[in-house]
Amino acid sequence: MSSNDSSTRQAPAARSSDDGSAGSPVGIGFAARLRALETPWLWSFAGAILVWFVIAAVFGFSIAGNVVVTALVFAVFMVLVGLGQMIVITAGPGNIDLSMPSAIALSGVLGVQLMKGRDDLILIGIGVALAVGVLVGLANYLLIRVLRIPPIIATLSSSFIVQSIAITQSRGMPAPPHALQAFANARLFGVPDIAWLALVLSLALAFVLHRTVFGRALSALGQNARAAWLAGVRVERVRWVTYVLAAIIAALTGLLLAAVSGGAALDMGVEYMLISVAVVVIGGTEVAGGKGTVAGVWGASLFLYLTNAMLNALGAGAGVRSIVYGVLIIAVVVASGHKARQ
Amino acid sequence: MVDAHALGKPQPLPSGAPPALIALEGIGKTFGRVKALADVRLEIRSGECVGIAGHNGAGKSTLMAVLTGVFRADEGTMAIEGRQVSDFDPNAARAAGVRCVFQELSLCANLSVAENMSILHPALRGHDWRRRATRLMLEQLDAIFPGHGLKGHELIADLTLTQRQMVEIARAFTVVSDPVKLVILDEPTSSLDAHTAAQLLAFVAKAGERGIATILISHMLGEIVQAAHRVHVMRDGRVAAVLPREAISHDAIVAAMGQELDAHAVPATRREPGNGDARATPAYQWRLGPDARARIDASRGEIIGFAGLAGQGQSEALLAIYEAATKARERVAFVAGDRPRDGVFPLWSIAQNLDIRWLLGGRGKPNTSARPFGLIPRVIDRRAASALTNTWTERIGIRGASSAAGILSLSGGNQQKVLFARALASDAQLILMDDPTRGVDIGTKRELYRLIREEAARGRTFIWYTTENDEFAHCDRTYVFRAGRVTRLLHAHECNEQSLLAASFADTEEAAA
Amino acid sequence: MNWTLDRATLRALLPAFSLVAVLAPIFFLQPATFSYFGIGLLLNLAVPLVLATLAQLAIITANDLDLSIGPFVSLVACIGATLLADRPLVGIAALAGCVLLYAAVGALVEYRQIPSIVVTLGLSFVWNGLAVLLLPTPGGASPAWLTSVMGYQTPFVAAPILWSTVIAVLVHLLLMRSSFGVRLRGTGGNPRAMRRFGWSLVRGKALLYGIAALFGVLSGLCLLGLTTSADANLALRYTLLSIAAVILGGGEFIGGRVSVIGAVLGATTLTLAASFLAFLNVSPDWQVGMQGAILIVVLSLRVLLQRRGGQR
Repeated sequence: MSSNDSSTRQAPAARSSDDGSAGSPVGIGFAARLRALETPWLWSFAGAILVWFVIAAVFGFSIAGNVVVTALVFAVFMVLVGLGQMIVITAGPGNIDLSMPSAIALSGVLGVQLMKGRDDLILIGIGVALAVGVLVGLANYLLIRVLRIPPIIATLSSSFIVQSIAITQSRGMPAPPHALQAFANARLFGVPDIAWLALVLSLALAFVLHRTVFGRALSALGQNARAAWLAGVRVERVRWVTYVLAAIIAALTGLLLAAVSGGAALDMGVEYMLISVAVVVIGGTEVAGGKGTVAGVWGASLFLYLTNAMLNALGAGAGVRSIVYGVLIIAVVVASGHKARQ
Repeated sequence: MVDAHALGKPQPLPSGAPPALIALEGIGKTFGRVKALADVRLEIRSGECVGIAGHNGAGKSTLMAVLTGVFRADEGTMAIEGRQVSDFDPNAARAAGVRCVFQELSLCANLSVAENMSILHPALRGHDWRRRATRLMLEQLDAIFPGHGLKGHELIADLTLTQRQMVEIARAFTVVSDPVKLVILDEPTSSLDAHTAAQLLAFVAKAGERGIATILISHMLGEIVQAAHRVHVMRDGRVAAVLPREAISHDAIVAAMGQELDAHAVPATRREPGNGDARATPAYQWRLGPDARARIDASRGEIIGFAGLAGQGQSEALLAIYEAATKARERVAFVAGDRPRDGVFPLWSIAQNLDIRWLLGGRGKPNTSARPFGLIPRVIDRRAASALTNTWTERIGIRGASSAAGILSLSGGNQQKVLFARALASDAQLILMDDPTRGVDIGTKRELYRLIREEAARGRTFIWYTTENDEFAHCDRTYVFRAGRVTRLLHAHECNEQSLLAASFADTEEAAA
Repeated sequence: MNWTLDRATLRALLPAFSLVAVLAPIFFLQPATFSYFGIGLLLNLAVPLVLATLAQLAIITANDLDLSIGPFVSLVACIGATLLADRPLVGIAALAGCVLLYAAVGALVEYRQIPSIVVTLGLSFVWNGLAVLLLPTPGGASPAWLTSVMGYQTPFVAAPILWSTVIAVLVHLLLMRSSFGVRLRGTGGNPRAMRRFGWSLVRGKALLYGIAALFGVLSGLCLLGLTTSADANLALRYTLLSIAAVILGGGEFIGGRVSVIGAVLGATTLTLAASFLAFLNVSPDWQVGMQGAILIVVLSLRVLLQRRGGQR
C-alpha cells in the first residue's frame, strides 16, 4: 500500500530536503526485487506439481500419468469459467459474476435446440452462444449501471431470469450434432481438443490482459477507478466489455459442456459457480482487483483437480474434499492480506 | 513583524500560580525523511484560547495529533499540570481532559445525534442511557448554539453539514465521567454560517471564563483575532511567531505566515504577459459553480493559475473542467496531487504508471495499430513505450531507478514526478494540475517549471492549482477561489504574495470585480 | 401527528409496501388463505429465513457480506439431526465450536484486512463439507423437543407471525436501542472514528460475526424442527435470499445502515414470493425468474426514492 496517508499532507520541510536521487534502487535489495517480480501463479503450479508427485509416490507413475490426462479433460471447464470470473474480479472490488451458471445453462439449451442435431447448423449454435453471452453481459452491466445495484445482487437477479428463460426452452431437446460431440471428445496429440481450445483462448486472453491497451485500462480500473478515470480510461466502456466477455466465455462453456455430455442439462453450470471464484483466488489473482493472472487459473484448476483426484483415490469423500477446498481458499486469502493499521 | 524568539522566553512564574495545563517543550516529530515538527514550544493555561495559524502542511495537524496522544513525539517533553508524561496515548489524553474536534467529522452517519454520544463516552450505558445522552447533548447544544432546532433523535446522515458540525462541536464539550479541560477546535467554522460561528466564539469566551482552555485552528483570521488570547503562527513544522494579545491583528498574522524562511526560494521570473493572442476568442471556456457564474477561459499556450486557501473549491473546479473536457472529447490530462486517491496505481511499475495516459491517447500516435473496428484491442507497441519511458524518466529526473521497479519503491517526490511525466508525455493539449508540486525538491521544481513553460510555448494549455504562492509567478492569469467561487482574477503583473493573500482571505462580498 | 410523505418516509415504508403488495393478491385470489391455518401454511418456513436474514444483517452491519450462511444453517440442521439427537452434549459443543469459529473468522477478516466475500466463500466449502460428513444422504431425525416447540400452535395469531414479531422486537431492542448495539453499529458506520476513540474494531467484528453465528444456529434448529429431517444442502438458497431480504428491508451494503424490522419484513415477503407466484398462476417455468424480477423492481424503486446526489 502507498506510504502516504491521504489525509495528512507532507510538511513543506519535505520539499526542500527531499532530493530524488537518494534511496537508489540498489538499496532496495534482492528480496524486494523478487517481490517485484510478483508471480503468485507460480505457487498454484507448484502446488499442482507437488500433489502430482504425491499421487505418483502413492499410486505409481502410470496412474499419475492417467490422472493428468483426465485432468486435462475435466479441469478445462474449471479453467474456462475461471477465466471469465477472473476478468470480472480484476475490474475492481465488489465485482463478481453470479450469473455464469445460468448463462451456461441457457446457452447450452438454446444452442442444442437451434442446432437440431445437424452438423451444418453448428455455426448457428456458436452464434447463439455468442448472442446469449452479449445479451446476458449487457443485462448485467445495465442493472449495475442504470439501476445502481451492486454487482453481486445484479448478477444474482439476472441469473434467476436467465435460468427461467432456459427452463422455457428446455423441452424436447435433441442431441448435439455429431461433429460437435466428436470434436469435444477427440484428442490431438493425446491432449483433448477442448484443452487445446481452452489453451488458445487463454493465450488470447493473456495477450489482451498484458499486451493491449484494454488490458492496461482494465488493470487501472481494478486498482483505483477514480485514478483510472483521471488517467484517461473510459471507465464505463471497460466495465461493460468486462461483463460481456465473462458472459460470452460462460456461454461458450455451456455449448462445450453440452457437447461433451451428449446433451444440455439445466443444472450443468451449478457446480462451477463456487469453483470459478475458487480457482481465481487460489490462482493468485488479486481479489481487490487490478491484477489478473491467466496462468494462475490454469495452475489452480490443475491443483484443485489433482487434489480432488488424490482425495478420491485415498478414499476421502465429498465432504473432506469440500473442507480441503475451503481451507485452501481461506489460507491463500489470509496469506495475501496484510495487518490492519493499528 | 514579530521576532520568533523574543516573546517565547518562559516568564518566571509568580509564586502560587498553578502550572500550565499542558506544556510542550522542544517537540519534534519525523516521518521517514520528513520532519513534520521541529523544536515546538507550546504552553496552554486553563481558560486560555490559543489560536494557531499557518498554511496547510505547516504542522498544525501533527501538533494536534501529539496533543491528543495519537502520535508520540520523537523529541522534546510534555508536561500535564506540571507533571512530565511519557506514555501519552489517546486514553491518557481523554483522562487528562483533552478533547478534539477533527477537521474530518468523526460522527457515525448511521447513528442519531444522541447515539453518537455513546461513541465518545464509554460510561454511557444502562437502561436509560439514551435519555441521559439526549439530555446532555441538548443541554450542550442549547449552551453553545441556542436556537439550534435539533431534537436529538435525528440521524446524522439526514443533517446538513452545518448541523453535523454543530453536533460534533457540542459533543466535544459534554461531560459524562472524564473532565473537559482543553478542547481543540480544528477548522470548527468551516461548515458554519456567520451566525452560528459567532455563537461558537461567544461560547469559547464563556468556557474560558469557566476554566476550559481551547485551541482554535482556523483559516478565518477574523475569528482568531476576535477570540484568541495568543496566536502561534506555524510554518514548516516550526513556530514562526508568537503574537501576544495586544499584537494580534489580521495583518500581523498574514505577515508572519507570509514570511518566507526558505532561503532557497525559487526566483520567480516574471511571465511575459500576452502570450498568444489574448484578444481572440479563448480556446477553452467553462462555466463553473452551482449557479454557473464563475467563468474560466484559457487560450492555447496559456498558463492559468487557481489560487486561494486550500480547499476553497479549486480541486472541484478542476474536476468539473476535466469532466466537461472529456465529454467534449478534448485531449486533456490530469496531474494528481493526492497520489493515493487520484494518481498512483500501486500494483504497477514506474513505466506502467508513466505511459498509461499516452497509451490511451488518440489517433495518429506511433503506438496505434490500425483500428478497423472498435472491438479489436490496440496492441501496445512496447518499443515505443519503453522509448517514451526512457525519454521522460530522463527528462523529469528519475535517476537510478529501473523503470520496471514498482512505483511504491520511489519516494513521494519521485512518484509525483512520474505523475507529471504521465501527463506531459501524452498527447493532451490541456493539462490540469491539482497541487502537483507537493513533496518535490527545489531542483526538480525548477525543472518542472521550465518544462511547463516549454510545453506552454508549444501551445499546450495548463490550469494549475497550487498552494505555493510563488508558483503563480509562472502564470499568465490567476483565478483566486474562496468558498467555491472565484473572487478575483489577477493578471501576471498583479500577482504577488501580498495581493494573493489578501484576495484569499477576502470575503465574497468584498470581492473585486 | 403530521407525517410528511417525503422520499425518506417512502423509502422506509418500502419493505412494508412490498409485503402488502405480495400478500394482498394472495388473499384476494385465495380467500381461504386468510385464516389461521392458511397464514400458518403460507408462512410456514418464514421463521428460519427470518433468523438467517438477521444473521446476514449482523454481517452487513460490519460492512461485510456472508456467502456461507446457507451452508451454515444446513450444517446446524445436520448437527441437530444427528449429534444433538443422539449425543446432546457433543451436539451442543459442536454448535458452540461453530459459533466460536465464526467469531474467529470475523476477527481475522478485520485483522488481516481481507475481503469477506472470498473468506466466507471458503468458509461455505468448509461448512458444506462438515455437513456432508455428518449426513452424506438426507436423513437424521429432529430431537423430539425441537419438533414440539416448532409445532406448537399459538393462540389467535399463527405461530410464524408471532415468532417473527417477537424476534423482530427483541433484536431491534438489542441492535438498535441498546448502547451495546449502537456501538456495534458505529463500527460499521465510521470505523476510523471508532478506532480513534479507542474502540477495538477486531473485537467489534468478532462480536458481530459471533452474533450472526448465533442467529444461524437458531435458524438451523428451527428449520430442522419444521422439516424434521436434515440434509447438507437443505438451506443453500438462504445465502442469497438473506442478502436480498436485508437489502429489501432498506439495508445498505456499506455504512452500517440496517433496519431490523425492514429485514424481517423483507424475509417474510420473500417467503411469500413463491406462493405468490403460484397463486398468480405464473407458469412454474417463470417462478424462478419472477423472483429475480421482484428483486429488480424493488431495488429500482429504492433508487428512484433516493435522495438526489447519491454516491457513484
